[in-house]
Amino acid sequence: MSIWEYANPKKFMQTSAWALPWVTVLSVLCLLGGLVWGFFFTPDDYKQGSTVKIIYLHVPAAMMAINAWVMMLVTSLIWIVRRHHVSALAAKAAAPIGMTFTLIALVTGAIWGQPMWGTWWEWDPRLTSFLILFLFYLGYMALWEAIENPDTAADLTSVLCMVGSVFAILSRYAVNFWNQGLHQGASLSLDKEENVSDVYWFPLLICIAGFVLLFVTLVLLRTRTEIRARRIQALQAREKLA
Amino acid sequence: MIALLVRDLRLAMRAGGGFGLGLAFFLLVTVLVPLGVGPEGATLAKIAPGILWVGALLACLLSLDRVFALDFEDGSLDLLATAPIPLEGVVAVKSAAHWIVTGLPLTLIAPVLAVLLHLPEGGYLWLVVSLALGTPALSVIGTFGAALTVGLKRGGLLLSLLVLPLYVPTLIFGAEVVKRGAEGMAIATPLLLLAGITAGAAALLPFASAAAIRINLR
Repeated sequence: MSIWEYANPKKFMQTSAWALPWVTVLSVLCLLGGLVWGFFFTPDDYKQGSTVKIIYLHVPAAMMAINAWVMMLVTSLIWIVRRHHVSALAAKAAAPIGMTFTLIALVTGAIWGQPMWGTWWEWDPRLTSFLILFLFYLGYMALWEAIENPDTAADLTSVLCMVGSVFAILSRYAVNFWNQGLHQGASLSLDKEENVSDVYWFPLLICIAGFVLLFVTLVLLRTRTEIRARRIQALQAREKLA
Repeated sequence: MIALLVRDLRLAMRAGGGFGLGLAFFLLVTVLVPLGVGPEGATLAKIAPGILWVGALLACLLSLDRVFALDFEDGSLDLLATAPIPLEGVVAVKSAAHWIVTGLPLTLIAPVLAVLLHLPEGGYLWLVVSLALGTPALSVIGTFGAALTVGLKRGGLLLSLLVLPLYVPTLIFGAEVVKRGAEGMAIATPLLLLAGITAGAAALLPFASAAAIRINLR
C-alpha cells in the first residue's frame, strides 16, 4: 500500500467516489455545528459587540487560502517529479477554490474592518499580502486557461507555482517592511500566553475543521470533474480517428 | 554568448526594435501624473519616488513580450535551444540584453524626469542607484514571464498578469530606497534587500525560464 497508488486515475476515482459522501456530510456537519454554535450560542465581545463573530468565517477562510496554495505547490512538485496526471489536475482544481477563500477572507475582513477600524480597506501588511495572493491565483488560473495542450499547461503552471511561491513569501515580508500593521498578530497559536478566550476558541476550531473538510470535498469533486473531462477529450479524439 | 548579446542588441537598436518606446512611455507617465494630481510641488515631491519606480516598472513591462516572441516565430529559438551553449545561458543573455535596452536607459533618464516631479535633492543619487540595482531584477523576472507565455497568441495581457505580482518586492524596496534617500534617512536596509532580490533572481530564475522554454518548444 503506498500513496502513489492513487496516481492511477481509476484507483483515484474509485477511492474518491467512496470518500466523497463521507467528507461532504462531515464538512456540512462541522460547518453547520461550528457556525450555529458560534453565531448564536457565544456571548458578544465586550468591545467588538457581535461583529466578533465574523471570526468564524474570516479566520478559517484565510487559513485555507494559504493552505490551498501550499497544496498546489506540493501537487505541482509531484507532477514535475513523477508526472502523475491526477496530481496536476488536483492543482488545477484547487486554484479557484483557493481564490474564492482568499476573496472570502478579504471581504469578511472588510466587513469587520468598517465598524472596528473605521475603514473598509487599509494598506496593512496582512491585507496587502492577501490581495497579492489573490493576484497570484488569478495569474495561475489565467495561465491554465491560456494554453491548449494540457501537458504543456500543467508543466508551465507548475513552474509558475514554484516561482510564485518564492515571490509570494518575499512579498509577504516586503510589505511588512513597507507599512506598519493594523491587523492583530496570530491569536490562535498553541504556545502563546495570549489567545482568544475558550468561548470563541472551540466553535472556531470546529469551523476550521469544517473549512478544511469543505476544501477537501471541493478539491475531490473538481478533480473528479477534471478527470472526466480529460476522459471525454480522449474519447472524442478516438472518435475523430475512427 | 557575447555574439548572442551583440546580435540581440543590434536587433533591438535598429528599425522596428522598439528601442525608444519604453523611454517615451516613461516620459509620458511622468507628464500625465502631474496633470492628474495637480501641479503642487509638495504633493509631487511626496509621490515622486513611487511614480518614478512604477513608471520604470511599466516601461520595462512594455517590451517584455519581444524578448522571445520574434525568435520563436522565425525559428531561431529552436536553433538557440540546440546550440552548444546551455539554454540557461541563452536566457541570461536575453535578460541582460533586455536590461541594456530598457533598464539602463531608464536609469539614466530617471533623474531628468525626477526634476519634473520636484524630487527632493537628496533623492537623485539614490534614485539612480536603486534603479541601477533594481531594474536587472525586473528584466530577469520579466524574462521568466516571457518564457512562460512564448508560445501563446495573445500573450501580452497574460504576461502582465503573471509578471506584475512578481514585481511587488522589487517595487517596494526600490521605492523605499528613493523615499528614504529623499527624506535624508538611512537607506542601507532596503538597498541591501533590493540588491539581494536582484542577485537571487539573476542567479536562480534563468533556470526556471530555461525550463519553461524547453516545455514550450517540446
